[in-house]
Amino acid sequence: MSDQDETPVLEITGLRLSYYTRAGEIPAVMDFDLKIAKGESVGLVGESGCGKSTVANGIMRYMGNNGGIVGGTIKFKGRDMADMSEEEVRRLRGKDIAMIYQEPMASLNPSLTIGQQLMEVPMNHEGASEEEAHQRSFDMLSAVHIPDPQRLMDSYPHQVSGGQQQRVVIAMALLSKPALLLLDEPTTALDVTVEAGIVELIAELSKETGTSLLYISHNLGLMLEVCDRICVMYSGEVVEEGHIDSIFSWPTHPYTHGLFGCIPLPHADKNARPLTAIKGQLPLPHQRPKGCYFGPRCEFFEAGTCDQDQIPMAAVHTDDDPAHRVRCARWDVIDPKSFVPEETVKREVIPVGETVLEVKDMRKYYEVKDSSLAALFSGGEAKQVKANESISFRAGEGETVAIVGESGCGKSTFAKVLMGLETATEGEVNLSGTNLGEIAVGDRTAEQLASLQMVFQNPNDTLNPSHSIGYQIGRVIKRFGIESDPAKIQELVFKLLDTVKLPRAFATRKPRQLSGGQKQRIGIARAFAGNPKTVIADEPISALDVSVAAAVTELLMEIQREHRTTLLFISHDLSAVRYLADRVVVMYLGQIMERGATDEVFSPPYHPYTEALLSAVPIADPEVQKRRIVLEGNLPSPLNPPKGCPFSTRCPRKIGAICDDEVPPVQFAGDRHAIACHIDMEELRKVEPVITIPDRDMDAAD
Amino acid sequence: MTDTTNNAPIAKPDSMLVTIFKSVALLRESPVGIIGGLIVLMFVFLAIFAPIVAPYDPNAPMVPFAFPGSEAPDGGTFWFGTDQLGRDILSRIIWGGQRVLFYATLATVSAYIVGILMGLAAGYFRGYLDEIISFFANVILSFPIMVLYVLIIANLGASGVNIIFAVVFASSPGIMRIVRGVTMDIATRDYIAAAQTRGEGPWYIMLVEILPNARGPLIVDFCLRMGYTTITIGALGFLGLGLPPPDPDWGGMITQTRSFVTGGFPYMAIFPACAVSLLVLGFNLLADGLREVSLRD
Amino acid sequence: MLQLILRRIGMMILIMLVVALLLFMINEGDPRLIARSVLGPYAQADQLQLWIEQNGYDRSMFIRYFEWLGRVMTGDLGHSIIYKRPVADIFWDRLGNTGILAGVTFVIMVIVALVLGVLAGMKEGSPQDRAISVLSIATTSVPEYASAVILAGIFVFWLGWLPGTSSMTSGFNIVELILPVMVLTLYGFGYIARMTRASMAEVMTTPYIRTAVLKGLPYRHIIMKHALRNALIAPFTVIMLQINWLLSGVVVTEFAFGYKGFGALLLEAALRRDIFVIEACGIAAVFVAVFTQTIGDLGYTYLNPRIRFK
Repeated sequence: MSDQDETPVLEITGLRLSYYTRAGEIPAVMDFDLKIAKGESVGLVGESGCGKSTVANGIMRYMGNNGGIVGGTIKFKGRDMADMSEEEVRRLRGKDIAMIYQEPMASLNPSLTIGQQLMEVPMNHEGASEEEAHQRSFDMLSAVHIPDPQRLMDSYPHQVSGGQQQRVVIAMALLSKPALLLLDEPTTALDVTVEAGIVELIAELSKETGTSLLYISHNLGLMLEVCDRICVMYSGEVVEEGHIDSIFSWPTHPYTHGLFGCIPLPHADKNARPLTAIKGQLPLPHQRPKGCYFGPRCEFFEAGTCDQDQIPMAAVHTDDDPAHRVRCARWDVIDPKSFVPEETVKREVIPVGETVLEVKDMRKYYEVKDSSLAALFSGGEAKQVKANESISFRAGEGETVAIVGESGCGKSTFAKVLMGLETATEGEVNLSGTNLGEIAVGDRTAEQLASLQMVFQNPNDTLNPSHSIGYQIGRVIKRFGIESDPAKIQELVFKLLDTVKLPRAFATRKPRQLSGGQKQRIGIARAFAGNPKTVIADEPISALDVSVAAAVTELLMEIQREHRTTLLFISHDLSAVRYLADRVVVMYLGQIMERGATDEVFSPPYHPYTEALLSAVPIADPEVQKRRIVLEGNLPSPLNPPKGCPFSTRCPRKIGAICDDEVPPVQFAGDRHAIACHIDMEELRKVEPVITIPDRDMDAAD
Repeated sequence: MTDTTNNAPIAKPDSMLVTIFKSVALLRESPVGIIGGLIVLMFVFLAIFAPIVAPYDPNAPMVPFAFPGSEAPDGGTFWFGTDQLGRDILSRIIWGGQRVLFYATLATVSAYIVGILMGLAAGYFRGYLDEIISFFANVILSFPIMVLYVLIIANLGASGVNIIFAVVFASSPGIMRIVRGVTMDIATRDYIAAAQTRGEGPWYIMLVEILPNARGPLIVDFCLRMGYTTITIGALGFLGLGLPPPDPDWGGMITQTRSFVTGGFPYMAIFPACAVSLLVLGFNLLADGLREVSLRD
Repeated sequence: MLQLILRRIGMMILIMLVVALLLFMINEGDPRLIARSVLGPYAQADQLQLWIEQNGYDRSMFIRYFEWLGRVMTGDLGHSIIYKRPVADIFWDRLGNTGILAGVTFVIMVIVALVLGVLAGMKEGSPQDRAISVLSIATTSVPEYASAVILAGIFVFWLGWLPGTSSMTSGFNIVELILPVMVLTLYGFGYIARMTRASMAEVMTTPYIRTAVLKGLPYRHIIMKHALRNALIAPFTVIMLQINWLLSGVVVTEFAFGYKGFGALLLEAALRRDIFVIEACGIAAVFVAVFTQTIGDLGYTYLNPRIRFK
């Protein structure tokens, strides 16, 4: 019998999990090994469908009606959980092993107060009295930095913000001081500045309490901030595991390496160092190839070696990290870094042409009707939501302008106004000299419509599920009067499919037969069908996995380059924005905080909000140094924004009452680099850069 | 590329009938739905071939009060017996089924056309149009449905056309509400914005972009509503407000014979009662199966 | 919350006014038809004209509408043509009888439906779920007029346990109530049960139930404290709406069993054009339906904390 402390908190060997569907048994996780020591935090990273959440459910023995544990053992503190009775497992859950999930709102019961939901944990597991449970809940809420715990305990979940809800869920999980905490994408549903606070909290609490963590995420950058070790999963298997530094420094499996190539790291550049997307797509669980599941997508695939038996894990780089293992048959003969795909050769910088789109002091206010009787009698004082407040900027031919901001910043409203789905309250939107701001979509000419098109966010929503792909693209060609002869329309549809690199046979398919990335490609084909002058892309990649997102991003830019289209790229993802935009507009609560060329915005002087935003974005490169700025509080409601600077309630550099009361002036740091802030420009210039990129990358990028 | 699919014509949008057929074809995965479908098909078959299948003239008086299974004067069998006027109950059920199915289908389809148009317009245009349509729908829906039927038929008189009118009047608001809800949901989808930004007109968007995607809940509701309408037509016949005699309708048959139930001849009313229940059960099972299948994918 | 209640009540009054107007227009829109109904088929044209003038029916319909509305509100429901008595004399009695029938049915139906619905929805796809689901589909497929004769065949003819009519000729007799209640319950419970089942099944798959399970709470506690509270919100509205359907069923059932309720009264009046009785019954039926619907809506918002504490 070994020493108590050496027994791992969790030890999984040869775990196999399956789901049972009408099509038969579908293995979701295969041959999974994992050991977590006391106080250790391990990351499980992979794209959607790789089985990472299934592992967590398997550990909890919560597989639903159609799932089951097929093989292997899960030992918790040395005891095999398969030997435990239902009742024993129940007592373990929430006490010794706790779990935190993706959607904090959905994971809290809407009809019980937060206090009731917290208190039942100690009352149930430890038979605590009501007073004791109350006290412990109160203390735990304080520990997760909730300002007014008593008020929160009396609230219902929908009455508090998303960030607060996630703090409540964390508090709930930690109430019984579990030995192991499973976190399944705990911050994915949150805004990036809120996410930063939660991640910091998790890291802090796990250090304090000695709780072991299993952190599940698709975001490699987050792993770096929380985990000691990571496992990279692909199609139900771990393909590589090891200490975080080792994996980030020497990614050995071609998939791991490929993932890094897909992430727009600070040193990537759309012209000099474009992203290298992984070809192909994740195999469906029942279509996995023989041998290495990554084989068909791998650049180093060798028939006879990679498509034979199941490939075992092999230890690599043992000098630096004895725990680094990889599931690749050819790891010792290949060097993933040597691979340079032909498509990613350096590209010419496209010169920006004359101004195509000019937005001048555009405002969009919504009236929120107060339909109460009182309002009816008092004449009805309609409240205004200022979704967009004095938006101004220019975009030239072939230029990419990114509009970046968190949820509720008004970026989508802005897109709607441009497209004519809403009309501007005030101001101008000039597209090639015509003011479109007040022309609703129904009143625009076919030419005006064709010259301004949009790529939408949600791949599952962008295409009409009832019609074939060919019909949907063809309809655009017909509407814009480009062609009316059916045979010629068909020819054009085929050409567009070629452009977005999809087989022509897709013309007859229905959207549900396509993957998310393919649907987005169709969305792009549709937007470019009328050869538009300007395309608005509203978060076109935010719903896609990294490897797919990279391919879609590259495609979008390639077509833009060819057509010299002006691209308005709306995004919350600063990394993607830095990578592909020429100019950046930073928005917060409907107003522009800062705008300028990409380099200008990403280096000092910053608007304090830009500064915080930059700091919050996780970067999957251990050599990049970040200055930590964690914002307090939550986004104010757009219904009731602060009177002066919209950012004044959360600003770490607030200078006084002037920020609350007066709208900040627009100061120019450069020719077209504008910052709306009360702080003196000279002060702003003194700030250190938030992100320091090591020299090796700077050399290459220039 | 010498891909043969290069020359394949681009598929036109499937017609509504094809999409409906495809949804119904999925039914093979639900045993409950298949049973329901078979029951309904059996009644449809009997209705179409009533002149061939029905052993006797439904209105011909033969032997009064003959028990089920007794021998007919021509050597045949009164499988379900005869009524107090000596008419063969089986034949009356078969012919009555034809009438019920005919009027139920016509009435439900008409109600659907009205309900869909109203619901699309209310859900897509919103604003005052929606408020007006919804208000009148609320007014109609606040009548207990049988009270509404009684008031309408008592005022207009009992006839096939009036029954159809009453069904359209009473059930199109319910259909409108469903369509309105689904329309409002679908109208927020990006593909609707995409259609708007290529300059499509409102009716194209409603009929081509929205309606086909609403078919799931509508097909299920259609089957349920066929059941309700069957019940309603029967109830009107039962209350003496139904299709005019002497041609048989199930509700009328029950009401004409129900006084004999306690007097020794329960079968006279029970057979048509079972026929109504079986047909409605068929529609309900079919709807349940379709719902189950549509939720799966 | 108070505003919501006031708005709903305002809506209810508006709907009632429009319904009343519709009823009035249908029944009293054409004064000659009223005169004909009152004086009978053999009255001469000048007699009809005289009656119209004497009773003020030559005035504008809207004036008459508001007068009539005022009278109805003060309890004067007019005079029955068939019974030759004030409508109020018969009407309240009949309404009370229907209240007893519908009330007993409602209580039994709701209890049965909720218990079965929750049992079925707790474990979706289990044998008990399938059995309850099929049962409730089957019973909802048997309309009242069909189950009335089928049950009468069984309990009255073959078994001889129950009386075949419910006219209560020799005073109130609870035994006579059994068949009508059975008929109404059988047809009505299935819908509520299925809605409850759907709601319960949906709640059981929500992330917050997963949270409760993974908190290690006992199953009983999860069902009673976490699931039921949320699962019963939606059926509440359905139950209130069911009263509207119950009133429909009452018309058929009262006719089938000769029960002296307001449904039978309405039917008789409609067939014989007893205008003031039709109006009284119509208004009463719609009032009950709209009132319960309003309660249903308000209850839904009250039970749902997401709306209550906005």
